[in-house]
Amino acid sequence: MAEVNLSINTSLACEILTGFIKSEITRVGMSRAIINLSGGLDSALSCALAVEALGAENVLALRLPYRASSSNSLTDAQLLIDQLGIQSKTIEITDMVDPLIRLDPQMPNVRKGNIMARARMIVLYDQSEATKALPVGTSNKTEILLGYSTIYGDSASAINPIGDLYKTQVRQLSRAMNIPAPIIDKPPSADLWADQTDEKELGFTYEDVDKLLYLLVDQRYSAREAVEAGFDEAFVNTVTTRIRRYQFKRMLPPIAKVSNRTIGYDFLYLRDWGT
Amino acid sequence: MKLTLALAQIETKLGDVEANLSKHLHFIERAKAGKADLLVFPELSLTGYVLQDLVASVAHKPVEDDLVFKHLLEASHDLDLVVGFVDEDSRHRFYIANAYLSGGKLVHVHHKVYLPTYGLFDEGRFFAWGDKVRAFDTRFGRVGMLICEDFWHASPPYLLWLDGADIMLFSSASPGRGLNDKDKLESARWVERVNKAYASMFTSFVAHANRVGYEDGLHFWGGATVFDPNGEELSHGPYNEEAITFTELDLNQLRRTRVRLPLLRDERTSLVQNELNRILARG
Repeated sequence: MAEVNLSINTSLACEILTGFIKSEITRVGMSRAIINLSGGLDSALSCALAVEALGAENVLALRLPYRASSSNSLTDAQLLIDQLGIQSKTIEITDMVDPLIRLDPQMPNVRKGNIMARARMIVLYDQSEATKALPVGTSNKTEILLGYSTIYGDSASAINPIGDLYKTQVRQLSRAMNIPAPIIDKPPSADLWADQTDEKELGFTYEDVDKLLYLLVDQRYSAREAVEAGFDEAFVNTVTTRIRRYQFKRMLPPIAKVSNRTIGYDFLYLRDWGT
Repeated sequence: MKLTLALAQIETKLGDVEANLSKHLHFIERAKAGKADLLVFPELSLTGYVLQDLVASVAHKPVEDDLVFKHLLEASHDLDLVVGFVDEDSRHRFYIANAYLSGGKLVHVHHKVYLPTYGLFDEGRFFAWGDKVRAFDTRFGRVGMLICEDFWHASPPYLLWLDGADIMLFSSASPGRGLNDKDKLESARWVERVNKAYASMFTSFVAHANRVGYEDGLHFWGGATVFDPNGEELSHGPYNEEAITFTELDLNQLRRTRVRLPLLRDERTSLVQNELNRILARG
């Protein structure tokens, strides 16, 4: 197996990412961040970075449990809230979600999970408006590449400080930023149904897939070269297929071009235009 | 002869030339307070970097009746200035440009000759390619200016060297990339390595001014540097924050280094020309 070193200089990472959060929030005339704190590692890291960037008084954490959510999710989120000294709100989404789920008694878990993720997005954006705080994203590079998210659900945010860090790099930076050990050590899970874990659902470990993604994406290995580097061919095929299949989750919807100047094709401005 | 050089690493407002001009005037005051003779701003310092469809609306001409340049030309009575801007020629082609201003006059304009259009870069889509690499005379001796990708290629610094430049002023809006376990980004390490190499190989002063701040997810890393004709680092600005870095250049070092190490004297330009002619004629 090819030697793949994913380790990062955590103080440099922290400097760049906190600078990003501060710049992108303050340049639009805002000063506050709001984050859906699930109790998992990604949102814990985004939250810690936001606190480092803006100060604890400018970060609001939302805890948005469903009735079937693991109780650990709430207590782990609270651990971080206490450690960082930030404000939090807890709003249960059960009453938003259940009436829709009841309409279809046969509804599979994936649909239920998507409804929960989108309900959380609705609360996040509502509270963003209510508290004048910008939603900070919590999706890492691994899940964005694998399409392991709910479009317009957990993938929705105004800015994403950790979207260019693989899950194993999220772990490394989280350790450096003193995220509480129970959050770092527990198996990653979307916690959308009982005993769900990312690695069980995906069928491989983050440690393995991050190395493969690093070669395929960052180092531009072909699938054939990745196999030659020692990765199982079926595993490589699964991952390359997922990357291609979920490209749509990484884009705004394409607009059908009919005019001379069309948003997305030849109407080109950065979001930071004028700031 | 000594020259106090100031390198400004600034944040810019994307597409807001007026706001960026104010920042220039503020840094000019700081440079004057530090008794600088020459102040260099980063690439596209008056406009911001990822301009895309903003290009035409932020273009200016480095002439006295231009609403932006009149202030900068006025300021250049007190110290020489290098500013980055979008230049529009008389036939409405737009260039990434640097202007050297001194004594209220425009001394030289360089149009970027290498427009990176790969990876995260898309300059060739929005800008015209410059077609000249020329050194020029200043009150401190002969100088050459290059912009970012220009000095990722070896030929423009080499041409400036042969054209008489003893002081090379490089400017960038370099997006940081390549985070790994090292203490600097890969992009910063690469740029510092080649700057040091050019100073060493051309026995010249090489100064680099780079932007800071963010544009969407892009982060500009700063870290201004000056290397002397021995390839030694004279100064190094901080990373990731606005700063002005002052360096005193002892221009007599050019003579001392070149007495010891006559690389310029021994450069076989005719050989280069002959071999280039042969190589290019091969087609």
